[in-house]
Amino acid sequence: MPTLNGSKVEELEKIARRVRVHIVRSTNEAGSGHPGGSLSATDILTALYFEVMDHKPEEPNWPKRDRLVLSKGHAAPALYGVLAEAGYFPVEELMTLRKLGSRLQGHPHVKTTPGVDASTGSLGQGLSVAAGMALAAKLNREPYRVFAICGDGELQSGQIWEAAMFSSHNNLDNLIVFLDRNNLQIDGSTEKVNSIEPIISKWNSFGWHVLEIEGHDMDEIVDSVERAEEVHGQPTMIIAHTVKGKGVPFMEGSLAFHGKAANDKQLETALEALGEKNGGD
Amino acid sequence: MWEMAKQRDAYGETLVELGRKRDNIVVLGADLAGSCRLKKFGEEFPERMFNVGIAEQNMTGIAAGLALSGKTVFSSTFAVFATGRAYDQIRQSIAYPELDVKIVATHAGITVGGDGASHQMLEDIALMRVLPNVKVVAPADYNESRKATFAIAEEEGPFYMRMGRSSVPIITEKNDPFELGKATVLREGEDVTLIGTGIMVSECLKAAEMLNKQHDVDAKVLNMSTIKPLDDESIVRSARDTGGIVTAEEHVVSQGMGSGISQVLAESNYHVPMKRVGIPNVFGESGESDELMEKYGLTAEHIVESAHDVLERR
Repeated sequence: MPTLNGSKVEELEKIARRVRVHIVRSTNEAGSGHPGGSLSATDILTALYFEVMDHKPEEPNWPKRDRLVLSKGHAAPALYGVLAEAGYFPVEELMTLRKLGSRLQGHPHVKTTPGVDASTGSLGQGLSVAAGMALAAKLNREPYRVFAICGDGELQSGQIWEAAMFSSHNNLDNLIVFLDRNNLQIDGSTEKVNSIEPIISKWNSFGWHVLEIEGHDMDEIVDSVERAEEVHGQPTMIIAHTVKGKGVPFMEGSLAFHGKAANDKQLETALEALGEKNGGD
Repeated sequence: MWEMAKQRDAYGETLVELGRKRDNIVVLGADLAGSCRLKKFGEEFPERMFNVGIAEQNMTGIAAGLALSGKTVFSSTFAVFATGRAYDQIRQSIAYPELDVKIVATHAGITVGGDGASHQMLEDIALMRVLPNVKVVAPADYNESRKATFAIAEEEGPFYMRMGRSSVPIITEKNDPFELGKATVLREGEDVTLIGTGIMVSECLKAAEMLNKQHDVDAKVLNMSTIKPLDDESIVRSARDTGGIVTAEEHVVSQGMGSGISQVLAESNYHVPMKRVGIPNVFGESGESDELMEKYGLTAEHIVESAHDVLERR
């Protein structure tokens, strides 16, 4: 029994498609950025901001909002695309990404961008920040939830495991983390660079509730959060199997576009693949 | 002569008072809660004290998350771990977003003693003063540690406060004024100015007495308890009025308070002779505090010698 009805899934997929267009366009315009890891996290971010999270684009600092920490800060173009679609700032502003004077810095910054909840970019730090927010919610007896999205390469960072230990020790069941498991980091496959497997048993042994989903399936993403909410006393790690570059065939599974933008010609191809050439929706 | 007391005792006691006044104050420790005097706070406010274990990087991130949620966070461990181990975390997660986190370190400097170089943090002022948005405070004694703790809680934004391990002379009065960013004149004088920070302020006072009694030199003593931002005005005024400056700090001389003061003077109209007392760019070693102060050039005698050097160059 699906959690979402068909039209809701269709609506989310349409938004995600537009976000993907924003990602390739804004990084192309900037001449740099990280489209690959942005595209792999797009569906998770879209489902969170358009179905799961309680937030108010007209009041970005609403104290009772659900928070999101993009620990893999280099996926900023995806976060910005989703925030713009949600109404935090004009969609046109996305084309200022990485430019001098822009509110859209290369990596998310809480002081400049409406809707951004934490400054990230130096990998391995976001989970601690999210855990601190979840702890504050517990202290204040507030019901808001804290979401985080980690990259798979980040699991090589020691601080992630410090935060993992802390979060289960403090029973942070209001902390729900997605692992964007796209299998690739800048120097190659995570398993070749420095193996992070077995992931499930690692998180289980650190006291986490662990789920595994298809990270491009809207229904599975939303459903996994509902399943996480049923668990008390434990944080949840949702291992979302994704494809780097998802939605743009020549970027899919490609290392080349981890940290490189499409050139103008490649942008044409990308937009065509995303259905933008035919007028989109 | 002077009564002695530990700065960290003042910190721990003040934290409890702050906790009573403000329910948004949260304290973090990293397995050194006892050494950093966090336990009293933890006993009175168990729900607002978290010991993260030996995980300073995580502690710094947790502090950021709490501060992003409206808390004023005091995050404490030894200076070497607080600033060195978690440097990038301070930079990315606290300084850049300018969060209300107070990194309060104990066991700074060579007077840590027997633990040796691994635990004697002599580079923390350098590391912290270069970070945008971070203010740096080094109280001189028990009374100032208390006032500084209140003051940094009051002023929003990231602070680094450094204190030592040992008992140090109480050289200020309970009712003496204390203002962040303002140096205080502890002794007026006309011939040379001795500017100290932290535990070196008392050595400056001793040196001033020695200069007066043994050499007929009238030294002014400034307590530079805020290292960033420096009190430029009082530095320049002292240079103008006394014509010579000696700085003293329990830190490597190359990038500490004295370096900051030399930069202020270089860009002022008073290019007076100056000498920096501190530790050369070396690691420390095990020993008793007083032995180490002597060997590494941190005593009143060293300050007197430097004052003569400055006077001769005028």
